[in-house]
Amino acid sequence: MNDVYGPIIRDGLWKNNPALVQLLGLCPLLAVSNTTINGLGLGLATILTLVAANGVISLLRKQIPDEARLPVFVMIIASIVTVIELSMNAWFHELYLILGIFIPLIVTNCAIIGRAEAFAARNPIGPSLVDGLMMGLGFTAVLVLLGATRELIGQGTILSEAHLMFGESARNMTIVVEDYRGFLMALLPPGAFIGLGLIVALKNVIDARQQAKLINVTAEVIPAKA
Amino acid sequence: MNEIKTKILHVGLMLALFAIVATSLVTVTEEKTRDKILENERQTLLAAINALVDSNDYDNDILTDTLLIPRVKALGTSDFTDVYRARKEGSPVAVVLTSIAPNGYNGKIKLLVGIYYDRTLAGVRVINHKETPGLGDKIDVKKADWILQFKGLSLINPVEDKWKVKKDGGQFDQFTGATITPRAVVTAVKNALYYFDKNRDDLFKEAE
Repeated sequence: MNDVYGPIIRDGLWKNNPALVQLLGLCPLLAVSNTTINGLGLGLATILTLVAANGVISLLRKQIPDEARLPVFVMIIASIVTVIELSMNAWFHELYLILGIFIPLIVTNCAIIGRAEAFAARNPIGPSLVDGLMMGLGFTAVLVLLGATRELIGQGTILSEAHLMFGESARNMTIVVEDYRGFLMALLPPGAFIGLGLIVALKNVIDARQQAKLINVTAEVIPAKA
Repeated sequence: MNEIKTKILHVGLMLALFAIVATSLVTVTEEKTRDKILENERQTLLAAINALVDSNDYDNDILTDTLLIPRVKALGTSDFTDVYRARKEGSPVAVVLTSIAPNGYNGKIKLLVGIYYDRTLAGVRVINHKETPGLGDKIDVKKADWILQFKGLSLINPVEDKWKVKKDGGQFDQFTGATITPRAVVTAVKNALYYFDKNRDDLFKEAE
């Protein structure tokens, strides 16, 4: 059990993170990460679509002709996104008013077709659903981190407008830095590119350190053998 | 050769099959959700209108008692827009109309403006804008109370000279780091009041 799902979880959250390593879905990622709540909203909508798309494609993987798989994936994903948008608008209208603006953005998220091609088309339903969920969570984590950083540097708050997502009682969740004048660039598109670049760099530094530790450990072992 | 032909035919047919299934799925969903979505949108619009004009102040069906007006320069509209009319026992109470400020910092700002029959403002709400987050977006009632100050104002309160942001010598606060946005909104609201002033009786005309 752990053997199958362990690597999938590690891949999605860290090793092969869609936003930091595959650098997929940058268009919505950069556009909507100006506040924590926006990031979280897009993240949740993406998780929903990723899991649904991975599930359907995995179930149909034996029926989808290999030569025409990409157009089929596109059709499946576009239909799923449309069905989710319409259903949400009809039956969860309050939620739709919050997340609705993010859903059309998901169509431009190539992370979804990326996972369909790289994973769901080759794996059974269980691992595919987990892959969708983990990739979605990994994407959301980066969105929230980038959103919080930009919001903090840009306007000196974290979790502003939390009530849009969590209801009126969340109004006091907002953290405000007193007497901070703000730094507009962080909120504008350049801030998104710079912020994401820094987060990618941070991940690479952490990976390099771990790699170095690993090599040191092996280096100590090998001489002992020789 | 024949093998390739069969293969192409097979792939083509499968592609067509997927297209048919996917399209049917979307069609069925659209059909099932259409009425509910229309009803939801009606409710959302009604809630927006009632935030400006109290629902106890009128007794007509405000969503059907509408007047379609062509583009109006003073309102910044470029197409036909609906004017919603509130009446009580047949006499006019207020209108709710769309006004567009063309000169926001980042393009157009779409406003819903409610005006009572006595020419005072019932209120203003921003329904669509692209202003800078954290600066100009304080015109949105979800972010700040700034937009609420228009309630009760009219063309004589304050006098015309004061229908400006403070920086221009008027009475309305600008935001730190953003003057263009509130300036655009103040002007658009003032223009909507002028438009109403000139066309009041036409706006309340009963539908033929």
